[in-house]
Amino acid sequence: MYVAVKGGEKAIDNAHKLLKEKRRGDTQIAEITTGQISEQLTLAVDRVMTEGSLYDRSLAALAIKQARGDLIEAIFLIRASRTTLPRFGYSKPVETDKMELSRRISATYKDLPGGQLLGPTFDYTHRLLESELETDQPASQQHRGILSDQNSIDSTDVKSEIANEEQTIAAPIIPHVLDLLGEEGLMEPPSNEPKDHEPEDLTRQPLSFPASRDLRLQNLARGDEGFLLALGYSTQRGYARNHPFAGEIRVGTVAIEFEPEELGFAIEIGEIELTECEMVNQFKGSEKAPPQFTRGYGLTFGHCERKAMSMAQIDRSLRAEELGEQKTAPSQDGEFVLSHSDNVQATGFVEHLKLPHYVDFQSELELIRRMHQEHDAASPESDQQAKDMTTHEAAE
Amino acid sequence: MSEYNFAYLNEQTKKMIRRALLKAVAIPGYQVPFASREMPMPYGWGTGGVQVTASILTPDDILKVIDQGADDTTNAVSIRKFFKKTAAIETTELSEQATIIQTRHRVPETPLREDQILVYQVPIPEPLRFLEPRETETRKMHAYEDYGLMHVKLYEDISQHGHISTTYAYPVMVEGRYVMDPSPTPKFDNPKINNCPALQLFGAGREKRIYALPPYTKVTSLDFEDHPFEVQKWQASCELCGTSGTFLDEVITDDKGGRIFVCSDTDFCRKQQSEKFEEAG
Repeated sequence: MYVAVKGGEKAIDNAHKLLKEKRRGDTQIAEITTGQISEQLTLAVDRVMTEGSLYDRSLAALAIKQARGDLIEAIFLIRASRTTLPRFGYSKPVETDKMELSRRISATYKDLPGGQLLGPTFDYTHRLLESELETDQPASQQHRGILSDQNSIDSTDVKSEIANEEQTIAAPIIPHVLDLLGEEGLMEPPSNEPKDHEPEDLTRQPLSFPASRDLRLQNLARGDEGFLLALGYSTQRGYARNHPFAGEIRVGTVAIEFEPEELGFAIEIGEIELTECEMVNQFKGSEKAPPQFTRGYGLTFGHCERKAMSMAQIDRSLRAEELGEQKTAPSQDGEFVLSHSDNVQATGFVEHLKLPHYVDFQSELELIRRMHQEHDAASPESDQQAKDMTTHEAAE
Repeated sequence: MSEYNFAYLNEQTKKMIRRALLKAVAIPGYQVPFASREMPMPYGWGTGGVQVTASILTPDDILKVIDQGADDTTNAVSIRKFFKKTAAIETTELSEQATIIQTRHRVPETPLREDQILVYQVPIPEPLRFLEPRETETRKMHAYEDYGLMHVKLYEDISQHGHISTTYAYPVMVEGRYVMDPSPTPKFDNPKINNCPALQLFGAGREKRIYALPPYTKVTSLDFEDHPFEVQKWQASCELCGTSGTFLDEVITDDKGGRIFVCSDTDFCRKQQSEKFEEAG
């Protein structure tokens, strides 16, 4: 007998209860705190802030906890929360040459004004599991206690060393590597836009094509790290090949300045951590531009180096048209890249296939039955088959 | 975090959406780009419809939400709850009672009135999208009224299968100007969209488009003189209310090929059942 499929409401409530339980896991194990997440899963927090498009470490940590560590879900939570915030205005452009650096490397020069600073990086670690991390370290009263434990250096030494290093590196202005090339006339200017160009904002205006470079960069900055990584990779493997050099990658904090209308001058309202990547690309020249080095630009919140580098590769490949290059690969196709880079959009639409489609499916079912019958009626062996079918059905 | 502006969106955003809605009503069938926001439900799950509803909702409105014609499908429940929570408005399952009906994939069987608004959730607003994936191209095609590609597609269907093989999201012509996607409603519902007394609003969140059909807009399903448009018909009638002539869902009852048909519109079905019960009683 037919049982009506009712009780959607109750099912949802129960599913939410189960989710809550699953999120908490074994209650014998202490609950993870958002403080632990924002201090110890920093790179996850950085990614959620970048792709969530909202610089708030504690909200990002909360989102990661709530999402059970599913970063795309966490990004989604942040985006939805961001929607409710009214827009007061736009900050002044951040000045990354005044960045207080924690890391700065260039693959194009051995040494350069401002020096190379490795900073906290996985780059030269051997990827061997460190079993000592399995044992929980109790919280320490001392700042940077873990560092001092490992290196048996007094923590104050480490602190002062870091401070010294920061002092020598954090000279007031560290010039961008690419600008050094620019002085020689071998590098195109950072932007071809006029100085007073107002950047567009795709969260306030729907994206239309062809998109300007500032819109493309905004889209890429919010775009999925994995998607950009794969596309960037494809440009290194011959799809729109354009060999990039990592001209400069810098990570550090910059001041955010905002000019309230009633005040008439800019005030500093806080600091944020950024990762900036500038790629240098060969360019043999075209009808539109002379032979010179060209740029690709990447910028993220926090420390998202892989993302910033991929973004810079794709920024460059999307400039194909502007530079008069032949468009042959997906990474050069603005409409393709920008329409599919957003993981909140992508995951929503892919996962919506879980929603009921009874009605459309019923319509298709009716059509396919009809076409099936017509097909059988038209084919010569169909008579025998049809007879078989009817006798079979009659037997049932 | 628990306090939201009425219907979640801030007033700036609602204003922006209302402007897009006004433009959409002024140019029936034209897809108006709008700065769609991230909503707390996923893209593809009705964010366009939710934003439209949030922007037109007033505290006096009575909201009905359906998915596949039913009030109790999970996503309909979830959206109804969302508005109960963020707007504290009254909700209903009765089509007659509602002032706003948000829908996915169906037009209610109960005829709509002038004082009602039907809000559609639209996944892909562009009827030409599967013929031409580029937005830059399809916008031009609409601008030049260049719909040859669509007619060729329908013609190819007929030459291959003997009939047009589009069963849902069946393209329509609005007031002789714009070809429009009525959202993935079955073509069965296309006649109800034509000359409808209610205002019909279409929201596509992920694709950032809004379009509209003002009351009594002429909406014709694309066809050919020798292959006129026709809707699906069922041999069976509804197992629960006995009505024929409604859109029926097929329900598989066992693993031996047993199946029955029931109305997809649960409110309509319930009404028919109670009327029959009264007649009998």
